[in-house]
Amino acid sequence: MGSGMEFFIALLGPVLGVMFVALLVASFIALYTLAAVYAERKVSAFIQDRVGPLETGPRGLLQTVADILKLLLKEDIVPRMADKPLWVVAPFVVFSAVFVGYAVMPFGPELVAANLNVGVLFITAFAAFEVAGLLLAGWGSNNKYALYGAVRSVAQVISYEIPAGLAVLSVVLLAGTLNLQEIVLQQGIGASGPRHLFGLPFLPDVSALGGLFTWNVLAYPHLLIAFAIYFIASLAEVNRAPFDIPEAESELVAGYHTEYGGIKFAFFYLAEYGGMLLVGLIGAVLFLGGWHSPLPNLGPVRLADWTTGPIWGIFWLLLKGFAAVFVHMWARWTLPRLRVDQLMYLCWKVLTPFAVAMVVVSAFWASWR
Amino acid sequence: MMAQRGYWANLRTGLRTVWTGLRLTFRHLKQARRRRAPVPIWDPSYFRQPDGQVTIRYPHEAIPVPDTGRYRLHNHIDDCIGCLKCARVCPVDCITIETIKAVEDLGTTSNGQKKRLWIARFDIDMAKCCYCGLCTMVCPTECLTMTKVHDFSEFDRDNMVYHFANLTPEEAEEKRRLAEAAAARPTAPVREGASEKPAAGSGKPAFAPRAVPRGQSAPPGQAGAPATRPAFAPGAVPGPEPEQSGEAEPKAETSSPQAEERKPTPRPFVFKRKES
Ligand code: SF4
Ligand code: SF4
Repeated sequence: MGSGMEFFIALLGPVLGVMFVALLVASFIALYTLAAVYAERKVSAFIQDRVGPLETGPRGLLQTVADILKLLLKEDIVPRMADKPLWVVAPFVVFSAVFVGYAVMPFGPELVAANLNVGVLFITAFAAFEVAGLLLAGWGSNNKYALYGAVRSVAQVISYEIPAGLAVLSVVLLAGTLNLQEIVLQQGIGASGPRHLFGLPFLPDVSALGGLFTWNVLAYPHLLIAFAIYFIASLAEVNRAPFDIPEAESELVAGYHTEYGGIKFAFFYLAEYGGMLLVGLIGAVLFLGGWHSPLPNLGPVRLADWTTGPIWGIFWLLLKGFAAVFVHMWARWTLPRLRVDQLMYLCWKVLTPFAVAMVVVSAFWASWR
Repeated sequence: MMAQRGYWANLRTGLRTVWTGLRLTFRHLKQARRRRAPVPIWDPSYFRQPDGQVTIRYPHEAIPVPDTGRYRLHNHIDDCIGCLKCARVCPVDCITIETIKAVEDLGTTSNGQKKRLWIARFDIDMAKCCYCGLCTMVCPTECLTMTKVHDFSEFDRDNMVYHFANLTPEEAEEKRRLAEAAAARPTAPVREGASEKPAAGSGKPAFAPRAVPRGQSAPPGQAGAPATRPAFAPGAVPGPEPEQSGEAEPKAETSSPQAEERKPTPRPFVFKRKES
């Protein structure tokens, strides 16, 4: 009996551990989404010289809590003509595709749930899997607007995967690994091998300095363009304005989630905001030093050493992620929605050629180094 | 269009316009720390606050309405001569007036016009009113005015009907009887009119007994005021006419329109509306 129990515990322990971590991350995403929705309302309000939510709770802080309570209490309606299994499963597919991405995200020196050797591939693959969920939602709704939204979404996300993937590839070529944690480790103090400022051999080696200077965008300046391409493409991948034609309120009611309400709608929201943060985090990991501090070691002032650690790691990475989310919001409330032809023009004629050029530069750089 | 402009020119324009837009919105984001003050239009700074949040958090604060604001109607019924001009001119027919010829002397209005009619009913349905102000223009005695009270929404639409009559229905009934009696004997002076209802123990002129049960409304000119007073100020339960006081001390009132309007709970049901 004893051995059976031990076996059971040995089997259950890791499973429980994984479930605990997963729950932790899931509740973090939920809380972050509440905060982000509030922040987005405030940012949009301030940009438009309004005040935003003010009445619910102090400074309107409880507004999103009230909203989510409303969504939770709503009746869970399934449209009669909907393709029920597809329709029901779609929001969860979309959310899981985003949620899984957090598994390989390195949050600190030792803090990564799944240290996969193919982390970059994993995230890219699941970002593409999200499209399947959107298509399920649009098709299963049996609603012309939802289907239009889904079709647009698929066309858009698949198109923009290409420049985004190429931008990521230009980092991977230089890093020589698909492991996200490895990519981060190369961008800070303690990186194996010399890292010259701006990647130019005659400039001093900054790998001891750490901080800002060892980030990929500064170590390899052409990656700045790659980062810009990645950022624009990631905006499109998470269907955010100005690339929000899949949900274009003024044309398509709400796009692929037209028919959804209550908790299922909340899952789409979680996926949208979780996706915003995820692409921001990926951008930070690949280009902006991941969980590394931006502060360099300056002689005896060991700023980089002092601000590195598990807690600091989470802090810096989330800070970079939130900054990206803020820019997403800022762009959303600045730029009007692109037309479909403009969308494709931007993707195929602007971003993709430049991304290819970045990959070529990276390839030469990597072999010449 | 894109093809004509050339690839690089297009790209440059795109980058420049995006950058301009982002700068513009960021400037507004920063300026949102400031906000425009809820100053009235006569304040010199009213048009000089280009930046910052423009939202006025209305129920909590309000831009004061000038004293000349033309919103809810008020009828100073003491001065109304019942000429019906306002009811006739109203484009949406929201004023309903019923008058009774007075057999007694009603005195004059404040600008010296002779009053000959009781106003048995003077209802303004503010829910229909389009605030054109025509009724106030035609009023010969200028008793019908627009006030600066603008926030008087109600849950029950009937409460939007404001009653300004200076008679209760019972009084109106009595006046009507009097008027009919007077009409029946056109030559007889009012005082001697033997009414159809010789009240108890009345050896005296017929007029008095009738007046007594009605309570104090005997010489209806001025002395009738106490009994009918509530009818004159329909909007104000606690104090005398809110509009009047508002005109008397404009500055103090303008700062908080609610204080003026919310508290009195405009409940102009001095009389019940019988039928429309
Ligand atoms: S303001 Fe115009 S609509 Fe309103 S009661 Fe007077 S005449 Fe009628
Ligand atoms: S126009 Fe003036 S005086 Fe004539 S009935 Fe109307 S409110 Fe009275």
